[in-house]
Amino acid sequence: MPMSTTYFLALETSCDETAAAVFTEEPRILANVVASQTELHQRFGGVVPEVAARAHLQRLLPVIDQALREAQISLTQIGCLAVHHTPGLVGALLVGVSAAKMLALALEVPLIGVNHVEGHIYACQLAADHPIFPCVGLVVSGGHTTLYECAGPLQFTRLGATLDDAAGEAFDKVASLLGLGFPGGPAVEREASQGNPRAHAFPRSFLHEARLDFSFSGLKTAVLYALAGPNQPRPAPPPPGPQRADLAASFQQAVVDILVAKCRQALQRTGWRRLAVGGGVAANRVLRTALETMAHAEKADLFIPPLHLCTDNAAMAALAVEKWRQQLWAPLDLDAVPTLS
Amino acid sequence: MPELLQLVLPDLSATQALGQRLGRLLFPGAVVALVGPLGAGKTHLTRAIAEGLGIADSRIVTSPTFVLMQEYGARLPIYHFDAYRLRGAGDFDDLGVQEYFEGGGVCLVEWADRVPECLPAEHLRISLSIAGESSRVAELEGRGRRYEELIQQLREGARRL
Repeated sequence: MPMSTTYFLALETSCDETAAAVFTEEPRILANVVASQTELHQRFGGVVPEVAARAHLQRLLPVIDQALREAQISLTQIGCLAVHHTPGLVGALLVGVSAAKMLALALEVPLIGVNHVEGHIYACQLAADHPIFPCVGLVVSGGHTTLYECAGPLQFTRLGATLDDAAGEAFDKVASLLGLGFPGGPAVEREASQGNPRAHAFPRSFLHEARLDFSFSGLKTAVLYALAGPNQPRPAPPPPGPQRADLAASFQQAVVDILVAKCRQALQRTGWRRLAVGGGVAANRVLRTALETMAHAEKADLFIPPLHLCTDNAAMAALAVEKWRQQLWAPLDLDAVPTLS
Repeated sequence: MPELLQLVLPDLSATQALGQRLGRLLFPGAVVALVGPLGAGKTHLTRAIAEGLGIADSRIVTSPTFVLMQEYGARLPIYHFDAYRLRGAGDFDDLGVQEYFEGGGVCLVEWADRVPECLPAEHLRISLSIAGESSRVAELEGRGRRYEELIQQLREGARRL
């Protein structure tokens, strides 16, 4: 390793996950630790409230220690602090932002703020062997369903977003209606593999409109009606069998059709020939296959990172490297900004 | 006795009109508990309330199920909570809700029936039920003097329509 290597420590506390990563300015990921995916939470014993800022507080330092250990460097070798400072739950974001500011101050190194949703797109760059920009970016997760035009790693323009539920949230809520358990994404996908995706003609909001927004609330309600009719607000989940599988398959197909159609429209509108997809829902195999087919037809390259870079993590804050090259430091009074607007 | 009002909302535009009217009447420190099954229209009603509160672009009002809370700027600051994913009152309190309830904004709480013990004694409870494809029934219950007056104002408005 040359003497001049700069090591980055990145922190993520925007929602449920407490995560830390270490990477170089290339960027090359040396460690990518997510608390819920390690045995860390067992170390505390008992119940740790997953959603509380307090849980982030309890987990953050052990997660940082583990990331440094895995990267085999010491804290004093860190040359830059990166942190997801928007969007998210303000109390949760503040834990990461405060820790990053404190460490940057103590180590006398620059601090860089990264947008968590833009990081999900940048995760595609981490897994790719050639540049993904300029591209159309889709972030599709439990909390977000947003399309971007990404002229470069630091030039994101929002093309559209969900007006109500995120796609991943729709998966979770439909899984709950169908009695399929949590997390809903894999559960619905498993059930759908046994069903007929054309059994129910569920609505596909805005499919034939030029706008690049999404709406999944009506789809969720349509599944509810197909299950029990409109006059039974709390239907019992259906028993295992073809009816349940058909509902899951038809629901999943509607989500996939909408996501693929809006990506195609965005590619056509921007003229870009690259599509980068991040967020937990990108792990869905039916979605991946449909995106591959569409991208092939549009003569576009498709980038989807491996699962551990799709779900929330701190390595995707390696977008900070792009800001570091241009010396776009954040001030030490960097704020947590809860809402994208 | 709490003040009650039942409204039949035949379509989405009626739900929207109710939300907008309510939004115009809400006061600093108001807490609105939204209750109803999946698909009842809690987020839709919340967006309309935000419109009544003068939000510049109501498209930013989305479901906070995953992020648990969203803040929007309007005539009064709006704090939009969602208890769907929470395991109970402890989780909800950990979000710091009591400080928001006592602040000068408007708190809108989806799935409030999951955390009844966290809500202040005085609040407006709106229970939405599904009556048909796009028709809903809203039951409004004002608990405390200010919320009883709010219901009376809504009732007068409904009569005029």
